[in-house]
Amino acid sequence: MSGAAAVKRALAEPRWVRVLLLGVGLGFLFFFLALPLLAVFGEAFATGWTAYAKALDDPEALSAIGLTLSVALFVLPGNLVFGLAAAWAIAKFDFRGKSLLITLIDLPFAVSPVVVGLVFLLIFGAQGLFGPWLAAHEIKVVFALPGMIIVTMFITCPFVARELIPLMQAQGKEEEEAALSLGATGWQMFRRVTLPNIKWGLMYGVILANARAMGEFGAVSVVSGHIRGQTNTLPLHVEILYNEYNAVGAFASASVLALLALVTLLAKTIVEWRMRRETLMLKAELPPEKN
Amino acid sequence: MPRPASGRRLLPGFGLSLGCTLVYLSLLILLPLAGLAFKASELSLAQWWAIATSERALASYRVTFGASLLAAMINAFFGLIVAWILVRYPFPGKRVVDSLVDLPFALPTAVAGITLATLYAGNGWIGRHLEPLGVKVAFTPLGIVVALTFIGLPFVVRTLQPVIEDIEPEIEEAAAMLGASRWQTFTRVLLPALFPALLTGFTLAFSRSIGEYGSVIFIAGNLPLISEITPLLIIAKLEQYDVVGATALAVVMLIISFVMLLAVNALQWWAASRLHRRSGSADERR
Repeated sequence: MSGAAAVKRALAEPRWVRVLLLGVGLGFLFFFLALPLLAVFGEAFATGWTAYAKALDDPEALSAIGLTLSVALFVLPGNLVFGLAAAWAIAKFDFRGKSLLITLIDLPFAVSPVVVGLVFLLIFGAQGLFGPWLAAHEIKVVFALPGMIIVTMFITCPFVARELIPLMQAQGKEEEEAALSLGATGWQMFRRVTLPNIKWGLMYGVILANARAMGEFGAVSVVSGHIRGQTNTLPLHVEILYNEYNAVGAFASASVLALLALVTLLAKTIVEWRMRRETLMLKAELPPEKN
Repeated sequence: MPRPASGRRLLPGFGLSLGCTLVYLSLLILLPLAGLAFKASELSLAQWWAIATSERALASYRVTFGASLLAAMINAFFGLIVAWILVRYPFPGKRVVDSLVDLPFALPTAVAGITLATLYAGNGWIGRHLEPLGVKVAFTPLGIVVALTFIGLPFVVRTLQPVIEDIEPEIEEAAAMLGASRWQTFTRVLLPALFPALLTGFTLAFSRSIGEYGSVIFIAGNLPLISEITPLLIIAKLEQYDVVGATALAVVMLIISFVMLLAVNALQWWAASRLHRRSGSADERR
């Protein structure tokens, strides 16, 4: 009896350890995640609703929101097409230098945002490589919307591809090959077979890329030039107000971004749940493999 | 019906998709980075070395690496506990907590920065209770550690979670049958199995922390030589129109990024091959 009890004891942590681990883990998450999240809204509403509404109903805040949305609007389609193309090539075909290509796609995750901003400043800035030519043709890239779009494209480049590659690798290519042998054209195969298979993964990648595109600070800060009402995205607007000791204004704008983060988390959770459910359903439909 | 010979590519779009990928990556990533190298080549190696090892630069590396290392260690410790309780223990509100772990990925860094600075300032919700104890967090190097802990938090948890889920119960049962205590099972069986993932998560968090800017600058105090991180030093040089100095430091940062990327790749490869070997030997036994 004592032997069985010992084995059972050795399979799970004693009760006090479980309680301790739960307390430490949840306490850590409370102090580092929940409290900051609460503080954003707490500070934003510190002086009441009217002050909050007034802080957001400000031409500079509104133009910052507009600019943030337009950056995301320009960045995401490029990101989507690149992610699809890269994942298709990498997941469905074998070629030399594939792992090098994957590493290259990951590169933007590793480079500091400040360095990314600087890199594009060196190319498109007044003293940069193309600076004189751009100035002669009166094209503004740096300290204007195009520069901010380009750095954000650099920063968010891996997101969609990174989600799709493992997903498409796991799915293999039998279904696509079957569609083709049944006479489908390439486009029909993509629309009817590939796209339905990857739609959740695709959405997942776009959601993450969108959150990063709207929230990017370091890289955009370097190339924006901080021209008020013109090249200030919402995160940059938050910084300016905070440095002017306008706490309510800064946290009101910050709360919009925090809300965006919460929506992102919610969408991500739903997509993850749908993905899991579909894989389970798929497994249930298939006959069990012979053992 | 003619069947394509085996080895011929049946699926369409290889050239198109690979072409698009390569053009996009070249224009957006390779060419710009080459531009940085081109600009840096205006400097002689001695000049570059002098800027890269100036007193202020060296101090900024110490701050950046020290704080990143400390934050990644904090995250490795607490991340292991969080991943463990999320996989193994039932508790109310688990799904919400699990979703919340990704908050640092979703919350813009500037928002994290001003919020943490406000929380840990002398009159903030947390700082108010730490200040009487003589602990100053905001506007000191300790503040940088706090910000980087926030930023790196999901990496360790998300790398460990699937690995803990995949641990076969048989392994733990075998250890228990052979008379191991729970602590022995953990240190001798579980921890070695989790170690590659733990190290990968640690390295990911560390690598992200080194380049981090937005969340740090608000809470750091930004005193040169004391609490100035390297990305901020680059910005400071740019604001003084010292583009060459900024470029020299950016090259240092970029080299570090490449090294970290290689380290992460090597770690992931190691973890995968270890896993493969384990399941391979298990199959042989059957």
